[in-house]
Amino acid sequence: MAREITQAIIDGILLGGVYALMAVGLTLIFGVLDIINIAQGILVILGSYLAYSLFTKAGIDPFLALLITIPAMFILGVVVHWAFISRLRGGERTSMTLLVTYAVALIIEGILFKVYGADNVQISPSYVNSTVHIFNFYIGWIYIWGFILAVVLVVAIYALLYRTRYGRSVRAIMQDETAARLVGISVNRVAAITFGLGVAVTAVGGVVYGSTNAFNANAGYDLISRLLSIVILGGMGSVGGALGASVFMLTVESVVTIWQPTWAVAVYYAALVIVLLVRPQGLFGRKAVRAQ
Amino acid sequence: MNERNRTFAKGGGLVVLLVLAVLFPQVFTNPSVTSYGVLALIFATAAVAWHIFSGNSGYISLGQAVFYGSGAYTMGIAARDWNLQGTSVFELIPLCGAVGAAIAVPFGLIALRVRRHTFIVITIAIFFIFQLMAFNFWFTGGSSGLGSPFLSWAPIPYNRNFYYIALACTAGSVLIAWLVGRSRFGLQLRAIRDDEDRARGLGVKAMRVKLSAFVISGAITAMIGAVWFYYIEQVQPQTGFNPLFDLTLVLMVFLGGFGSVSGAVLGALIIEPLTLWMNTQPAFSGSISEVIIGAIFLLVVLFMPRGIIPTSGEFIKKLRTRGRPAVVPATTIGAASSAPSVSSGGAR
Repeated sequence: MAREITQAIIDGILLGGVYALMAVGLTLIFGVLDIINIAQGILVILGSYLAYSLFTKAGIDPFLALLITIPAMFILGVVVHWAFISRLRGGERTSMTLLVTYAVALIIEGILFKVYGADNVQISPSYVNSTVHIFNFYIGWIYIWGFILAVVLVVAIYALLYRTRYGRSVRAIMQDETAARLVGISVNRVAAITFGLGVAVTAVGGVVYGSTNAFNANAGYDLISRLLSIVILGGMGSVGGALGASVFMLTVESVVTIWQPTWAVAVYYAALVIVLLVRPQGLFGRKAVRAQ
Repeated sequence: MNERNRTFAKGGGLVVLLVLAVLFPQVFTNPSVTSYGVLALIFATAAVAWHIFSGNSGYISLGQAVFYGSGAYTMGIAARDWNLQGTSVFELIPLCGAVGAAIAVPFGLIALRVRRHTFIVITIAIFFIFQLMAFNFWFTGGSSGLGSPFLSWAPIPYNRNFYYIALACTAGSVLIAWLVGRSRFGLQLRAIRDDEDRARGLGVKAMRVKLSAFVISGAITAMIGAVWFYYIEQVQPQTGFNPLFDLTLVLMVFLGGFGSVSGAVLGALIIEPLTLWMNTQPAFSGSISEVIIGAIFLLVVLFMPRGIIPTSGEFIKKLRTRGRPAVVPATTIGAASSAPSVSSGGAR
C-alpha cells in the first residue's frame, strides 16, 4: 500500500510539472491581461496535433519539433491578441475576452476535427513506453523528460519575470495598469508578447500531453477546466502558485485514484472548492484589491 | 407624452410578437420546423434565467448546466421511480424547480463568496462535480443516461404541444425577469454589478440579494431542463451537464445584448435555430458549423461589441437625430438630468 501511494505521489509530481507549464501560460495571461483564456486547453491540443503531424508525416522527434512548434504557437498567440483581444474596450471587457477566446477555441476545435477527425490518436515515438527503474519504482521516461523540460521552462519564465526589463514591465502592469502606462510602458506590446508567451508554452504541454494520453479535439474542455482550477487555486498571476497548485492537485488526484478511480476528478474539483472557502485568493495569491 | 407613446409602442410590439409566436406552429406544421421553435424557446428561457442572475449582478455564471441537468435528471428519476406516464409527468416540473432552487442555495453560498474570475472558475468546478455525479451515481443510469416515460402524441401535436409549453416558460421567465428588473431587488442587483463594495456600504445585503437571484435563476433553469428532457426523451451526463451549454448561453446573451431581457431572447432565437439548421446541412456538417459560429461571434464582438439590441438602438437614435446631437430644450433640463440614471438602470 505504502508503495502504491509513493508511486502515485511520484506520478502526481511529475505530471504536475507538465500541468504547471501549461498553467503558467494561463496565469501569465490572467495576471497581465486580466482575462480568462478559454482557448488554452484547445491550444494545448493544437500543440499535440502539430507535434503528431510532424512526427508521423516528417518523422521529426516530438521534442525536437518544439523548435518549430514553440515559435509557431508564439506567433499564433500574438496574432490572436492583435486581431481580437487588443481591440476590446469598456466595462464588460473581461466577459468579452472570455467569449472571444471561446470563439477562437471553437474555430480551432472545428478545424482540428475537420483535419484529423474524431478518432483518438497518440504521439508514439519509440521511447514513449520505456521506463526507468529507480528504488523499485517504474517511471516513464516521457514523464521525466516532460518534468525536466517543464521545470526548466518555468524557471526560465520566472527569470524572465524577475530579472529582465520586460519582466519588470509585466509586473508593473499586474500591479497597476494605468500607472504602468503613465511611466511609459507600452502596455499593448507587453500584453501581446505575454499572450504569445502564454500560448507558446502550450506547445510543450501539448507534446507531453499528446505522448502520455490518447487525445482528440474534444480533450480541450477537460484540460481547460483543470488548468483554470490550478490557476485559481495557485492564485492568479502567481507563477510559483501555479507550480505548487498543479503538483498538489495532480498528486491528490493520483493518490485518490488508487482507491476511487471514478471519483478522483471530483476530489480534484472539490479540493479547489474547499481551499477557496478558506482562502478566497488562492494558496499563493495576494488579497484582491478593491476593484474599481 | 413621448414617453407614453413609447410605452404604447413597446406594449403593442410585445403583443404583436406574442401573437406571431402563438401562430407560428399553426402556420408551420412541419415537425422539423416546429422543433426549431421548441428548442429555440427552451434556450431563450435558459438565457433569460441566466440574465436574471448574471446579467443583473455581473457575476458570469458558467454553472447553469448544473441546474439544467439536475432538472432533467430529477424528472427522469422521479418519473421512473414513481411510475408516472403520459401527461401526468408534467406535474413534476414544479418539483424540478424546487430541486434546482435547493441546489442553488449551497452552490450559491459557496460560489458567491468570491468574485469575478474566481467565481467563474468555481462555477465550472462545481459543474464538473455534478457531471461526474451523473456519470457515477447508482440512480442516474451511468453514461447511457435516462430515457423519458412514454408520451403517446403524434409528431405534429407532439411538437405543437411542446412548443406552447416552451412558449409559456419563455413568457413566464421574461415576466419574472421584467419584474425583477424594475423592482428594488433588481436595482440592488445592478448596484452590486456596478460596485459591490459601495452597494454594501449603502446598505444592500449583497449576499442575500445575490443568492436570491441565483436561486430564482436556478429554479427556472431546472424547470426548463426538465421540459427539454421530456421533449428530446433522453438525457446523458454529457448532454444534460454539457460544458458547452453555459458558453452557448453567454454567447446568446452577448450577441443579443448583455444586460437586457430582450437581448437574451433575441440571441437565443438567432443562435439556436442557426446551429440546428447548420447541423442539418451537409455542407456545414459537424465541425464546420462550430467554425462558422465562432467566426460570426468574433465579427459581432469586433463590430458590435455591445450586442445587437443596444447597438441597433444607438443606430436608430442616430438616424432620428440625423447625426445632430439631441438638444434638450431648456425647460426640461431638470427632468432630463434625472433621466439618464433612470434609463441606465431600467432600460439596459
